[in-house]
Amino acid sequence: MSILIIGAGPAGTRAAEVLVSAGLRPIVIDEAPENGGRIYQRQPAGFRRDPRTLYGFEAAKARAIHDVFDQLRPSIDFRPRTLAWNLRQGVIDTICDGKASAVPFAQTILCTGAMDRAVPLPGWTLPGVFTLGGSQIALKAQGCAIGAKVAFLGTGPLLYLVAYQYARAGAQVTAVLDTTPFAVKAAQAFGLMRGGATFAKGLYYIAWLRARGIRIAEGVTPMAIEGSDRVELVSWRDARGTNHEAAVDAVAIGFGLKPEAQLADLAGVPFDFDPVQHNWVPRKDPSGRTSVGGVFLAGDGGGIRGADLAEAAGARAAWAVLAARGLAADARAVARLDATLAAGASFRAALERAFPFPAKLAADMADETILCRCEVITAGELRAAANEALAMLSPSEVNRAKALTRVGMGRCQGRVCGAAAAEVLAAALSCPAEQVGRLRGQPPVKPIPILPAEAA
Amino acid sequence: MRLQRLAETDRAAVSFVLDGTPVAALEGDSLLTAILAHDGYLRVSEFGDGLRAGFCLMGACQDCWVNVEGGGRVRACTTPLTGGMRVSRRIVQP
Amino acid sequence: MSATSTDVLIVGGGGAGCSTALHLAKRGARCILLERGQIGGQASGVNYGGVRQQGRHPAELPLARRARDIWAKLPELIGTDCEFEVTGHLKLARNQAEEADLIAYLDVAKANGLPLIMIGGNVIHQQYPWLGPDVVAGSFAPDDGAANPRLLSPALARAARDAGADIRQFTPVSHLAHDGTQFVVTSGEHEFRARYLVNTAGYWGGAVARAFGEQVPVSPLSPNMLVTEPLPYFIAPNLGVVGGDVYLRQIRRGNVIFGGGRGQSDPDVPSSRPSPEASAAVMAKALQLVPQLAGAQVIRSWTGIDGEMPDQIPVIGLSRTTPDLFHAFGFSGHGFQLGPAVGAIMSELVLDRHTDVPLEPFRIDRFAADQSFNQQGQRHDASHHA
Repeated sequence: MSILIIGAGPAGTRAAEVLVSAGLRPIVIDEAPENGGRIYQRQPAGFRRDPRTLYGFEAAKARAIHDVFDQLRPSIDFRPRTLAWNLRQGVIDTICDGKASAVPFAQTILCTGAMDRAVPLPGWTLPGVFTLGGSQIALKAQGCAIGAKVAFLGTGPLLYLVAYQYARAGAQVTAVLDTTPFAVKAAQAFGLMRGGATFAKGLYYIAWLRARGIRIAEGVTPMAIEGSDRVELVSWRDARGTNHEAAVDAVAIGFGLKPEAQLADLAGVPFDFDPVQHNWVPRKDPSGRTSVGGVFLAGDGGGIRGADLAEAAGARAAWAVLAARGLAADARAVARLDATLAAGASFRAALERAFPFPAKLAADMADETILCRCEVITAGELRAAANEALAMLSPSEVNRAKALTRVGMGRCQGRVCGAAAAEVLAAALSCPAEQVGRLRGQPPVKPIPILPAEAA
Repeated sequence: MRLQRLAETDRAAVSFVLDGTPVAALEGDSLLTAILAHDGYLRVSEFGDGLRAGFCLMGACQDCWVNVEGGGRVRACTTPLTGGMRVSRRIVQP
Repeated sequence: MSATSTDVLIVGGGGAGCSTALHLAKRGARCILLERGQIGGQASGVNYGGVRQQGRHPAELPLARRARDIWAKLPELIGTDCEFEVTGHLKLARNQAEEADLIAYLDVAKANGLPLIMIGGNVIHQQYPWLGPDVVAGSFAPDDGAANPRLLSPALARAARDAGADIRQFTPVSHLAHDGTQFVVTSGEHEFRARYLVNTAGYWGGAVARAFGEQVPVSPLSPNMLVTEPLPYFIAPNLGVVGGDVYLRQIRRGNVIFGGGRGQSDPDVPSSRPSPEASAAVMAKALQLVPQLAGAQVIRSWTGIDGEMPDQIPVIGLSRTTPDLFHAFGFSGHGFQLGPAVGAIMSELVLDRHTDVPLEPFRIDRFAADQSFNQQGQRHDASHHA
């Protein structure tokens, strides 16, 4: 019976590698036309930049992931441009080029990755506002900057990395605006130093930007993005309380990452709120096994741990699959992977604490701010529903809030607004964010077309 | 806004039609790149807040859907441009 | 064990239960509604939203007429119209047999004062040019329409509470009994006591009835639902078909809501899942009705748990074993429109011992005592009772 790997990024690639080495032929499904995932996204055919330009310090890792996958191709059933839109007992429903197909599996490893976490601010839906991850993809996969004068706004290591990549590529980086104060980052220095090279790279990016006179501000409070039909201005309050603005035509925003875990949700995997990550995370054991038979998780889709640990987690989950099938393990390899995964944990925790999700910013967003950009529902509308006179019949959790206000009911099904909506609702109900729960996944995890009968 | 082409600019030229007007793009562009390198929006929000130009560029936010003649509705950021494509940004009444 | 006494206990907080609480409270009766989860969390909150009289079993038409009158007055009654719009209901025939069915129903409608307009093949395609070529005729009910199912039960509950009802969410019932004087309903460490008990527990109404010695063949029913992204608004009427295997409507915001077929459920949890096979099948049927929807993006599918009776009409009325116990459940996938009136007549039954709406066809004991029905409506051994 089949083994299905969903996602051909670093986790999926290493998972496939282990399975193939054990003589198995996994099916590997990815929505993209090529393997690599997002961090190691491959540029289209005809593009000529070398890996060093595309991936910087990660060039060797990117090349290794691509080479490994290319070598694996004859031994796997690779299905690119294929969306896995539903997971039920022992079956994953897919669609590719308008054709639907139900794929049975005995084990599946979900390596579905992550997306940026958004905190809405006034004007964030204007043309020219993109996520940090999206801005990076524009450069890496399309050779484009998101604008001629770009501001970077948010927090997390990606903020500095993408600003650095843009400046190196010749884009004009107008400002790098970090909501996390310097003192908060400095307090994590000890923990961050455990990250070794990763930490050093982060410091390098910041130093490089500063050396070129690029404006960096920390501890900022974003105020607004303004413009008529496109970005023209971004404004913020600095750590001392002074207002600033800059004329820009694009803003890259992002506040850390959150797992794309919709398939795990549909599988019935329980989720826990991780207070350090400030994310709901599907529950798995250290090997990647979940409480749902046959369902394994690896990579950022099971909790944000970064690309290096995604590789280790992918391989480790594959060993867990082999164990589930009664096949012998390479005990030394497994022990090494377990050690790598355990060792990385404290650095990850320090990183999360160094760049915390600005929950208060989200909770305090102005009433007029569009919270759900798909359905255009404002924070004020959500608060009004929460503050209904009869508190007991007001939404006490996000799914009921969704039913009553339409927040999270649009095309993205709450991917973008869910985290911020929980903060707004929790603040209105005076309870911690985790108490209002998380948006429950419903199939399809991404839109699928209405198809005629013969497509099935 | 416009996407700024910083690199990979010497690719083969490809032309497509956007809302009835011929537009020049480059081979390997996604539909999103091809449109936003030329013009500043991808769609008009149904609910009155004006123009949109996508957000995440990775097929997650679902804010970049456009219409391709003969191809139905597609996500611009994950759809490769092919020459001669006829793209419409106004949601056409079915 | 702490105890609370009241006049009327209502078990089940969907449309029927909440409207019962509202009508009782407005007449000054003290009542407590016990809902296991959230108000309107099952069938009442996940259904298609049709507010429809056309096509109902004749026995339901008086109740549906009563409900329609209340729908018109919802804003006065509960402060919101729940997005009720009189779009008309257009029931379509896709072949001659179905067309004959529509024609036959015209007499039923006439006898019950329900205005229907039969539209033949040529005219219907002129009037609705987006209809697919397989449509041969239609019957239009100008008085019907649709509303937002997610809003109705919470709004009814809020109004009931304003009127003095005690609405308890997250209050599952573990035991029901009558102690000779009054009903005793247990939830956790708490007992609720009342002279009257109203059973509006949906699919689980069968379990409530069974607690009082009444075996009822109610089965779980999970209508498979889908919704598209917003599209330009062009489908004005609420669409149905003879046979009910697909229903489709477009809301003003542009989303097309459609459904048909069954999802899966486990009522003991309770949990339910839409079915990809049912979704694929109903997509094809939707395209048969409106071909231009090809390629429109479905963004969500869902289902819930309703209660289905073998003859497709609900159980409403007095208990046959226990005085002062009243039932209203098993609405078989089409209770949404009836909900506002169910509460009105339940309050009349409780307080006046009488209602004008004929309830004989809905008697709980209409199913032969020594037989029972499985989900397909086939008779089988009573030991396999639902």
